[in-house]
Amino acid sequence: MIETHNLRKTFKSRKGAVEAVAGVDLDVKKGEIFGFLGPNGAGKTTTLRMLSTLLPPTSGEATVAGYDLLHNAAKVRYEIGYVSQEGSSAPEVPGRSELIMQGRLYGMNKARAQQRAIELITALELADCADRATKTYSGGQKRRLDIGIGLMHLPQLLFLDEPTTGLDPQSRARMWEEVRKLRDIGTTVFLTTHYLEEADALCDRIAIIDHGKIVALGTPDELKREVAGDVVVVGTDDASDRVLHLLRGQPFVREATVGDGLVRLYVDRGETAMPQILRVLDAEGIPLASLSLNRPSLDDVFLRQTGRSLRDAA
Amino acid sequence: MKMLRDTWLMFQRYLMVFLRNPAWVVIGVLQPVLYLVLFAPLLKSLTETPGFPSGGAYNVFVPGLLIQLGLFGASGVGFGLIAELRAGVIERFRVTPVSRFALLLGRALRDILTLVVQSLILLLLAIPFGLHPTVSGVFVMLGLVALIGLGMSSLAYAAALALKSEDSYAPLIFTLSLPLLLLSGVLLPLQLAPEWLQHIAQANPLSYAVTAARDVFNGHGADPDVFKGLAIMAALAVVGVLVGARRFSRAIA
Ligand SMILES: Nc1ncnc2c1ncn2[C@@H]1O[C@H](COP(=O)(O)OP(=O)(O)O)[C@@H](O)[C@H]1O
Ligand SMILES: [Mg+2]
Repeated sequence: MIETHNLRKTFKSRKGAVEAVAGVDLDVKKGEIFGFLGPNGAGKTTTLRMLSTLLPPTSGEATVAGYDLLHNAAKVRYEIGYVSQEGSSAPEVPGRSELIMQGRLYGMNKARAQQRAIELITALELADCADRATKTYSGGQKRRLDIGIGLMHLPQLLFLDEPTTGLDPQSRARMWEEVRKLRDIGTTVFLTTHYLEEADALCDRIAIIDHGKIVALGTPDELKREVAGDVVVVGTDDASDRVLHLLRGQPFVREATVGDGLVRLYVDRGETAMPQILRVLDAEGIPLASLSLNRPSLDDVFLRQTGRSLRDAA
Repeated sequence: MKMLRDTWLMFQRYLMVFLRNPAWVVIGVLQPVLYLVLFAPLLKSLTETPGFPSGGAYNVFVPGLLIQLGLFGASGVGFGLIAELRAGVIERFRVTPVSRFALLLGRALRDILTLVVQSLILLLLAIPFGLHPTVSGVFVMLGLVALIGLGMSSLAYAAALALKSEDSYAPLIFTLSLPLLLLSGVLLPLQLAPEWLQHIAQANPLSYAVTAARDVFNGHGADPDVFKGLAIMAALAVVGVLVGARRFSRAIA
């Protein structure tokens, strides 16, 4: 559905050049939810805007929805929907009018556009507010309308730029549901996010992007498996540095980090490591406040690739 | 064909947006009426001044007022566009296959319509004050206003797209429109001006529109100046549309 080769974008300004996207190779398959995970400023929006014909790439090539992006942008536009990070509706216009307008711009006649707007208003539960000006909408309603606008013409590929940023947990769960429904009807979704949980729970495949470069790519499970077997998190009242020091040298510990008073130990097999950890701490007489066994998170992946935590970077 | 259809769609949209905000409708009409009531009476005593064109104060003043309406009305349209840029509406349209010309023309047509309606209201209201319009005069007048509306609003949209913020757009508009206005002979005929000022005014395209408008309202409808004024305004419109459409089709980075 999307194939890019060495896609680049350099912004030139008086202060110098910013290489926002520094050579991205992607292969997004039909029908998948593909996630672009990275901190603010990583180049997610810039990539999306290039792929959706808004911004000419500085160099590189891309095929989007079967057409060459550089030479056939007009054809690409009929096949894709794009929901920007900032939103897309005019404050004084009612949601229903925005939906109908969008359909008409893709060539629908009035009756068809009205019909399709009703379908989307029902599906996205916008019936209560469809005829009010969009400035009166809640954050969740506004976001759902944005998605509806992007879906009016039944695109085979939908770009969603940070679809849940700024939404409350309930609206976010709602949005995830909508995105999954899209996959169920065969729509390819390319979304960006800086939320680890979102990339993990929602996406079939993820590309982790930092400073305009893809640093890891795969299914969430594949990515996490690359890091290490398991993560054991040890909490003590105020001895985390000592714990780190004691355990780092143990043969079964591959890597250890400390943060927020917790020691994270990357081990091959958590089940066998836990009793050994307990024994070491017991021998030293260090009281344990908490002990948990976790699968590595995508943050562990990011941490390993970039040396920073995505939670701090975002 | 697609361009015409898209232009019509855009025109309908922006007309709806305009009508949903009655404040603009009221302000749009009120402004020229204030000039009519609070400024035009001052001219009465000036009609005796040597050099003041014959035809009566209102037949001299109202044509200029209409050109001013066109200039000010059109130069403010960029504010709405900047708000839309910020709301993401323009980016959303640019992802669709909509004709890039239509993005400009749809709006500009809305601007022309509002200007023409305002002009008609003003003409009607001026009659009881002492304006004596002719049918051909009204048509030429509305033609001039429409061309100014198309040219100036297109240029205003181009400036708004380039500057992207009210903070830089507003000063530009005010700095440019005031000299354009003063050097067009809108408020008082340029015949009253010293020669050097008249020379500078010759560089201002709007001064030709004002001359043409006064001519048709004062019994010189067949004067070459009328055609000159219309031709110059038509050229302004063409340039404006080309510049504006180019801006709309370029990436708004
Ligand atoms: N129009 C622009 N002009 C100059 N720099 C830009 C522009 N757009 C984005 N950038 C820069 O490019 C980098 C990537 O930005 P962006 O793609 O928006 O990141 P993200 O969406 O991942 O937060 C940032 O450093 C940003 O400041
Ligand atoms: Mg972004």
